[in-house]
Amino acid sequence: MAEREQIKKPAPSRDEAEVAEAPAKSESGEKIKAELDDLLDEIDEVLETNAEEFVKSYIQKGGE
Amino acid sequence: MATRKIVGIETEYGIVVRGADDSNPIAASSTLINAYIAATTPPRAGRTAPVGWDFEDESPGNDARGDASSLGSLAPEVETHLVNTVLTNGARYYVDHAHPELSTPECGDALDVVRYDRAAELILRRSMAAASSSLPPGQEIVVYKNNSDGKGNSYGCHENYLMDRLVPFGRVVTHITPHFVTRQIFGGAGKVGSEVPGIGRDEVPFQITQRADFFEEEVGLETTLKRPIVNTRDEPHADAQKYRRLHVIVGDANMAQLATFLKVGTTSIVLAMIEDDWLEREIRFAAPVQALRHVSYDLGLRRPLPLADGTTTTALEVQWHLLERARAYAAARGLDVVGEEVGKQVLVRWEEVLTDLEADPMRLADRLDWPAKLSLIERYRERDGLDWDHPRLAALDLQYHDLRVERSLASRLGLEQLVDDASATAAIEEPPEDTRAYFRGTCLRRWRDSVVAANWDSMVFDVGQDPLRRIPMMEPSRGTRAHVGRLLERCETPAELVEQLGSSDR
Repeated sequence: MAEREQIKKPAPSRDEAEVAEAPAKSESGEKIKAELDDLLDEIDEVLETNAEEFVKSYIQKGGE
Repeated sequence: MATRKIVGIETEYGIVVRGADDSNPIAASSTLINAYIAATTPPRAGRTAPVGWDFEDESPGNDARGDASSLGSLAPEVETHLVNTVLTNGARYYVDHAHPELSTPECGDALDVVRYDRAAELILRRSMAAASSSLPPGQEIVVYKNNSDGKGNSYGCHENYLMDRLVPFGRVVTHITPHFVTRQIFGGAGKVGSEVPGIGRDEVPFQITQRADFFEEEVGLETTLKRPIVNTRDEPHADAQKYRRLHVIVGDANMAQLATFLKVGTTSIVLAMIEDDWLEREIRFAAPVQALRHVSYDLGLRRPLPLADGTTTTALEVQWHLLERARAYAAARGLDVVGEEVGKQVLVRWEEVLTDLEADPMRLADRLDWPAKLSLIERYRERDGLDWDHPRLAALDLQYHDLRVERSLASRLGLEQLVDDASATAAIEEPPEDTRAYFRGTCLRRWRDSVVAANWDSMVFDVGQDPLRRIPMMEPSRGTRAHVGRLLERCETPAELVEQLGSSDR
């Protein structure tokens, strides 16, 4: 985040928002992480069993 | 004055037949859509086919810059022989190239686009369920809402915006390009690796968009090769004297509803500002195509992008600038042109997302696609100590977009929803009320047996006597519930409707 200084601050309201939200960052980050850990176990159960074969066989024709 | 932004999204879905050794994607797409039609609509009296698409006015080869043939561009082909139908919600559901494609009805604001885009997912899901019964045992058609197979083949998610014909196209190109290059920081669906030859996982392990790898030109007519950032297809599907339709091919298909909402909402406002000549500062990238890719590869969102004047900017700076201009525009002119209330929501969510992206993009893992997908993959990598080229990560990437409810990783992540399921489910059958889609959809619901064909700007009725009657719908903002609701209620038969319309000002 050392580059922060280079970013222009066009709207004063943003600075306030950043200060106000800074403590919330790690908290929501931790919560998301914990939820993701539970999710990973769940995902193992629905993930395609042979990932390599699945990825290899997913071939599409170009479209549009 | 800016033209009211009537918007739609057309999405091509990836398709596979599981359990089949060899499958034809065109046949699979046809099976999928025909199964949906058979399951949802009773046979029509006296007709064997569903309501067909009317190709009379299709001209995708027209170029907004003038004569297409002189520009050396390849006009897209119009495929008239494949399954192609119109739904009662006003949408078009068809086989395009080798994919199932669904174009939402014309919507009056960004929130309705989210609603109809979600309804499209539900339609595809119902189609998969319906198709499974017509396949041999052990086979299943599976649809993916993504834009690439990871092997260099891409298919699109296109947006369409109604615009004022009188605005010089050069001005549109100048001012929409910086938005298209940078809006991906909230609109990107995320992708493991790059499909540009020579770029390995060591260089680009993960990028913000599915699509940036496939763009090679700044402006052009093509959609399947040498894709341009600004597409010049000039086919308004409306009164061509008054309108143009900006056909946008430089977006990802989104699972996250907030991504769709902001992609469409911000673009609608930026286009309105262009029409009203509100954007004075010209942000010209030295190399827009390169900038598009560099933004996509830069997960930290700090990379300086060279401008033509020798200075640099960043994607976030461009977006903050556009938001600032949009705020001033809203204060001076109001946002009626994009729907006042929805427009205000767009401004609030735009600021929230830019603030979070600037602080830490991973804060958005519960709202936007690329941070959601990246967080998931990073946690998975960490847990199992996987390298970026491990096939399980590419599998996670693909399965994020799986539309089967029990397999979709995006659904399991519990991303923020802007429209509830009841509202999206209703939109499977009901048209939007504030555009001409209302007329199209309502006629189809009431008089399907008499509708011979329909398209964006007309409907053809068989009222029992020759010749067939064609009703033009050249004004996308007419044919709304407010406009024709009572007329449609009053008429008992399509013959009455045709007669009434013929003698009145539509």
